[in-house]
Amino acid sequence: MTKVIVNGKTEGTVLKTTTPINFLGAVDKKTGMIHDKKYDIFEKSIKDKILVFPHGIGSSVGAYTIYSLKANNVAPIAMICHKPDLTVASGCALANIPMIILSKKEFDSMENGKELQIDTGSEKILT
Amino acid sequence: MDLTKEEQSALNGEKGDVLQTAYRILVATGEATNAEKLIPINWAHLSGVNYNTIGDSGEEFLRTISQEAKVKVKTTVNPMGFDFDHISEFNHIDDDFIQKQKSIRNSYVKMGVEPTFSCTPYDIFDLPEKNTQVSFAESNAAIFANSLGGLKTNKESAFSALASAITGKSPYSDLRKDDITTPMTIRMKLDNPNELDFGMLGFFAGKVGDTSVNISGVSQPNRRSCKALCGGMGTSGTCAKFQFVDNEDEKSEKIDFGKEEMNEVYDELNTAEKGDLITLGSPQLGLEELSDLSKMLKGKSFQKRCMIFCSRSVQEQARSLDYTNEIERSGGEILSDCCTCLTPLIDTNETDVVTTNSIKGAYYLKNSTGVDVNLKPLSKIIEDETK
Repeated sequence: MTKVIVNGKTEGTVLKTTTPINFLGAVDKKTGMIHDKKYDIFEKSIKDKILVFPHGIGSSVGAYTIYSLKANNVAPIAMICHKPDLTVASGCALANIPMIILSKKEFDSMENGKELQIDTGSEKILT
Repeated sequence: MDLTKEEQSALNGEKGDVLQTAYRILVATGEATNAEKLIPINWAHLSGVNYNTIGDSGEEFLRTISQEAKVKVKTTVNPMGFDFDHISEFNHIDDDFIQKQKSIRNSYVKMGVEPTFSCTPYDIFDLPEKNTQVSFAESNAAIFANSLGGLKTNKESAFSALASAITGKSPYSDLRKDDITTPMTIRMKLDNPNELDFGMLGFFAGKVGDTSVNISGVSQPNRRSCKALCGGMGTSGTCAKFQFVDNEDEKSEKIDFGKEEMNEVYDELNTAEKGDLITLGSPQLGLEELSDLSKMLKGKSFQKRCMIFCSRSVQEQARSLDYTNEIERSGGEILSDCCTCLTPLIDTNETDVVTTNSIKGAYYLKNSTGVDVNLKPLSKIIEDETK
């Protein structure tokens, strides 16, 4: 099952973490770097990546962090989760970042570094 | 999701940019929560007020949309970075921060929000009748509304609540319905828990629970403990509701919260044994808590700086009832419009460790302000830190 939360068309490289992301606390909104040691993608940049993570957690203000990433040109080009949450959905909606939800199985099969095309208007959304 | 003709035309941009943006947010959050339609709400509470958290892009975004946007329902807002009445006492806050915070405040006021600057709207206003649909973005307030206030809200995001304020609508998600399932029961195993224990229970429940949890083994906690529970739960996960239950549902999964689980939370958030500064209030203190505090402080004096955060409206009521006299005589500084979480008032050049009884406060002090934390219940803070 693939569910579209925010429409869009893009292609790029997967950056995946299996840890839920607290955007307010974990991401530097000026650089797009993950600056919380707890993450397996610590010190990696989410800029221009297809960011794959289970779901968002923590402060509702994380939506502003997603918007700021876009305004500062350091946002991911798409986000893929397996559980939807309001903070990520609304942040992506305002920032025009395509966002889709995958089943647990599809999510698990996503690998770091994989090249992916996303087109929410097409029959096959992910290729 | 099914939209009415009017909603669809707003989404298509026929009613201007602001409404189009608001409906785009509502549709995305509706899809995210499997809602089949939008329903009216009659109170929105917004987060995203502190310049520390929303930054330059947030300030600019609000300045732009406030040229056109007006809220359609009663709308209250979260704390800012500081208390304008006392800002001259904090030399380390630069003028740029003050100007940007002023701009954010003005943008919200221009949109027609009530300038409450509080994370505890439930302490300021009488709650509407049971089952009223609201949209609260502040997590402790959303959990309080759903669990203790008899209201219904998603754990909204800053933008979904703003979209609700502007349209008067929100997706009809599971949390807004009557028959939500609660597959997990947390069994409270601590005897005579204080508010710090309840905060830790909340933090634990937020981590293991999904949308809603049952809590058994708890008898009528006071308001301070209830607020600590809501604050802790909102900080650690996605859980948006709890129910105190007497009997455990046989079918639900059961998880104990005992000494071992408590110690795990304590060790994660308590990183020092002694603080340089004390903060009370995250969530901001209510009238009852200020009344208790004034009694507990009778004849005592703080031996170090103690910041006490409450909403302006609660501070005004407390002044008229003389609860503030004893607190200020003891050296407590009463501050409004801001709280422990993410305030720049704590000068990290002068402060290494903050003592607090708040789990929510501890999480943000550690992870955002960047100081160590010494956790103690209020009774112990007063015993150790006053003479």
